[in-house]
Amino acid sequence: MSLLIKGGRVIDPANKIDGICDILIEGSKISAVAKDIKQKAKQVIEAKGKIVMPGLVDMHVHLREPGREDKETIKSGTEAALKGGVTTLLAMPNTSPPIDSIENIRLLKKAIKKDAKADVLIAATITKAHAGKELTDMAKLKKEGAVAVTDDGSSIDDEKKLLNALKKAKDSRLTVSCHCEDKALSAGGHVNLGFTSTSMGLRGISRESEYKRIERDIALAHKAKAPIHIAHVSCKESVDVIKIAKRKNVKVTAETAPHYFSLSEESVWGFDTNMKMNPPLRGKTDMKAIKQGLKDGTIDVIASDHAPHTENEKDIEFSRSEFGIIGLETILYVSIQELVLTGLLDWKEFIQKLSLNPAKILGVEKGSLGKGSAADMIIYDPGAEWSFGKQEILSKSGNSPFIGRSFKGKILYTIFAGKVAYRA
Amino acid sequence: MIKWNKKDLTGLRDLSKEEIELILNTASSFKEVSTRGVKKVPALRGKTVVNLFYEPSTRTRVSFEVAAKRLSADVINVSTETSSVKKGETLIDTGSNIQALRADIIVVRHNSSGAAIILARHLGICVINGGDGWHEHPTQALLDMFTLKEKLGRIKGLNVVIVGDIAHSRVARSNIWGLTKLGARVTVCAPKMLIPPGIEEMGARVEYDIDKALKEADAVNVLRMQFERDEGAAFPERFEYFRKFAITKERLAKTKKDIVVMHPGPINRGIEISSEVADGDNSVILEQVTNGIAIRMAVLFLVSQGRQSK
Repeated sequence: MSLLIKGGRVIDPANKIDGICDILIEGSKISAVAKDIKQKAKQVIEAKGKIVMPGLVDMHVHLREPGREDKETIKSGTEAALKGGVTTLLAMPNTSPPIDSIENIRLLKKAIKKDAKADVLIAATITKAHAGKELTDMAKLKKEGAVAVTDDGSSIDDEKKLLNALKKAKDSRLTVSCHCEDKALSAGGHVNLGFTSTSMGLRGISRESEYKRIERDIALAHKAKAPIHIAHVSCKESVDVIKIAKRKNVKVTAETAPHYFSLSEESVWGFDTNMKMNPPLRGKTDMKAIKQGLKDGTIDVIASDHAPHTENEKDIEFSRSEFGIIGLETILYVSIQELVLTGLLDWKEFIQKLSLNPAKILGVEKGSLGKGSAADMIIYDPGAEWSFGKQEILSKSGNSPFIGRSFKGKILYTIFAGKVAYRA
Repeated sequence: MIKWNKKDLTGLRDLSKEEIELILNTASSFKEVSTRGVKKVPALRGKTVVNLFYEPSTRTRVSFEVAAKRLSADVINVSTETSSVKKGETLIDTGSNIQALRADIIVVRHNSSGAAIILARHLGICVINGGDGWHEHPTQALLDMFTLKEKLGRIKGLNVVIVGDIAHSRVARSNIWGLTKLGARVTVCAPKMLIPPGIEEMGARVEYDIDKALKEADAVNVLRMQFERDEGAAFPERFEYFRKFAITKERLAKTKKDIVVMHPGPINRGIEISSEVADGDNSVILEQVTNGIAIRMAVLFLVSQGRQSK
């Protein structure tokens, strides 16, 4: 099987390419990237006027399987991913059962092998049942295929435990992703603390609950001489803390999600539960700081934090409604709209945050369009105008805050492992 | 005058000054009905009002019931004790069922902030917020403003102090939105732990010393202190609270002579207010209760009109 993509604008930060090129794919790999490839191919896609970029690597996705297949499955989640241009994703381990043992990781691997339409990377938990008490056997989990560990959804309160975990993860070459939240400061909160929580009559989630925990976790990583990745950064103070640590050469990387630079807390004032997530939407100065952090390199990665929930758990009283929103199908579009079309980032800087950077952090060979690389890519039409409708959502859940939003630019093809895996 | 075009009343935050004035003026004309020998007008004849109360309330529920009946509506009271809510039915399902019974107006009281907004969004019939969590209690604030206007002739330019548990008070929030829209200056006063962050952005001034706050005050709205509240949060000691914040005769002696003393009820005598003040010349507490009927008649009438205009 061979596939030739002709005449597109190839943007590949890994190889510092931004220009009109042809890409030849043979099998599941890229066999040539050059101007005017003459070689015949079984299938040819004319990409003139289109952008060809690496498939996205989304390092923060809740696929919900095993356990909550009513919210999402590996099949539905990876189909949604491909539609959104995501060809590789890191599945969060807070499933039921959680991915905290050899048996459970094997169970998950079997399901992935059977149903996954895209590349699903496995994250295991740091502690058993992400309860913050007993560390998992990281060396064995790594051997079984985990690439990262995280207790996403909660933070490990016990400093010694986290210190130990960071050391062990380093020994096993596992990426540690930390959900930074001091629940002693945030417990019972639903929205950003301040005018928003007060005017809505809800308990607030303070910025302190996030950035103070980031500060602590970074200090522990420094002490352990181990790398650390900070998940879903939402506020200005967090960006500042990470920036200072990076200046001191601490091995810290950070991610944010599209909603933290595209939506402010004002969106939640009408009690729309699709605007409820943790950490919560913050203020306009926070949005600005997140964008600036993306620009100056403080924030390395954009990840969706795709968190599907059924209508029964979402479309209810605000304080009872689950935290989280889906994001796989909008991560690219919202990010382009907010970051590229506004002129904040150029295409190369931008694509790197969605592909090469997360791939590097996870230690996987993705996010490149070089010769010999995995043939995962997106063919994107920058001119197409459309709006995101609820009926087209492929995820099993519909909890998106972006329903009804208009976008310029659309994915025409997502190519995964050398084959057209999604076509608009 | 402007025309009312909303099918719901979920809060005062989203109302314009003109809409609030329209409610107050409509209430003025309805107030007379309660003084007649036959206390009834046919304005809502053939309409059904359902009081859907998820929280215990006598005062607000009875007030809405009396108001609806004086407009000739049929009234049904649903409380969580007697309904399928106890069996796990969701708020929206309960609302949809009431709508399917061809009710016209739901008055909802709920312990979750935003409940009335969520219900209003899902239903085609009218929804009136009878108090939701710590969020809003619009009819209470409207009757407070109505009473103030009756007593002092205006709202604009008045200095109004709200004292008590501001953090957990929907009455305080609705009063701040309503009073500031109509041009009053609002000062909230409480121990620090009961002043929520960002309250200034709602338009209120914060003062921790009640005597200072009362100095220029034309009116004081005294909130009920719920010492039985079990939130695990810091709460002042009740006698210390009485000493520092309660509205007493001694305190009022240092204020404007004709200061208006309000309270949304039920009052805790000897906790946030002394008996002498509650029963004294400055108190309008029982007038508030009477005015509550006129306000609720106005709101029931207007939302019903608002739905028809759609």
